[in-house]
Amino acid sequence: MCLAIPARIVELEGDRAVVDAMGNRWKAKTTLIPEAKLGDLVLIHAGFAISLVDEEEAKKTWQLIAEINDFRDTPNKVSG
Amino acid sequence: MLEQIYKAQCLMDSACEKLGRQINIMEVCGTHTVSIFRNGIRPTLPKRLKLLSGPGCPVCVTDQSYIDSVLQLADRDDCLIATYGDMIRVPGTGGSLESKQPSANIKIVLSSEDALELARANPDKTVVFVAVGFETTAPATAVAVKEAATEGIDNFCVLSGHKVVVPAMRALLSEKNHNIDAFLCPGHVSAIIGFGAFGEIVDDFGRPCVVAGFEPLQIIEGLGESCRQLAEGKAEAKSIYTAVVTKQGNTTAQKIISERFEVADGYWRGLGLIEKSTLKLKDKYSRFDAVRRFDISEIPTEDRSGCRCGEVLCGLIEPFECELFEKTCTPETAVGPCMVSSEGTCAAWFKYGREGRR
Repeated sequence: MCLAIPARIVELEGDRAVVDAMGNRWKAKTTLIPEAKLGDLVLIHAGFAISLVDEEEAKKTWQLIAEINDFRDTPNKVSG
Repeated sequence: MLEQIYKAQCLMDSACEKLGRQINIMEVCGTHTVSIFRNGIRPTLPKRLKLLSGPGCPVCVTDQSYIDSVLQLADRDDCLIATYGDMIRVPGTGGSLESKQPSANIKIVLSSEDALELARANPDKTVVFVAVGFETTAPATAVAVKEAATEGIDNFCVLSGHKVVVPAMRALLSEKNHNIDAFLCPGHVSAIIGFGAFGEIVDDFGRPCVVAGFEPLQIIEGLGESCRQLAEGKAEAKSIYTAVVTKQGNTTAQKIISERFEVADGYWRGLGLIEKSTLKLKDKYSRFDAVRRFDISEIPTEDRSGCRCGEVLCGLIEPFECELFEKTCTPETAVGPCMVSSEGTCAAWFKYGREGRR
């Protein structure tokens, strides 16, 4: 639950943004990062940007999220 | 990258050798727990370095009485419950939100803003936002409360189950039989509170506190840094997650939290009552406080299921030491919150633990 997702701000009006991560777009707010501007990469948690983040870090986290999704899809069975 | 891993492993080995005993490092955050298992980190560590999973999954530490309060509100015709999806399967005394979902007024939301939107769209209902989480989600709740106040959205309120991390770490270290040598501190909570917030743990308890990100190299380097400090007999608060976490954290978010909330004593599942560890809405915003609006009294209930999540959360036992583990308690038939949550310690052990059980 505490995993924030890096995403790029692709629309911004006041503190209302649309962000994009791995091709998914959704609404988020930049209230907690007033300095965020269009095109910035930010960490989004529960609909809010909580931190600015650089390109390299964003890529690493996107990769991890893909792996965790695999983890969640692992069947809930004990084998062997 | 191999060089960095090798360096961290050398630091771990030399700490184990220097201290000549088992070293216990607690990863506080549930996302760390999952990443550690997913990446097979445990089997690569020195035998005398043990990882303890801590109380850092907000779903897992939410007291049963809180869930019971939500369940009571879900029975009311005049309420709509807005909850993060993580909470839906967590058991209270009389079932979970999921067990009520087909007939009840329960909506899953992704943010506090969605909950507020529900209130705008349903003026004839009172929307109760199930506000759980640490300092990462608390500012989002705070912003929604401020907006509700500004716009006069009076059919919105929050049942605050928000918690703050540092008092729980203090509580663990204040237990006589704790065995924690150092903490691997949560990455995204620290983006808000800053690694400086762990200074009091270092000063008062002499335990290293290292903030790391969630990818495997960060975790290994974080463990290496903790071991370096232990071997040198030092304790420092430090962030190796420098891309995101600074010493002072997100001061805008901290200010927003402290404007709307005040710290209060509160119950944690497994840890009991911890002083100044929860966030309660300030009197100024009391009309948005579900506890005061509906006169809820959260009386902690005794868990009679035999579930030992409490001891798991404190790092006192491993999940497989609980008699219910893998028998009556599985991700599909979860008895305790650590099995319910995808970031719970028991769920992680269930899926990946056999490799690391040693």
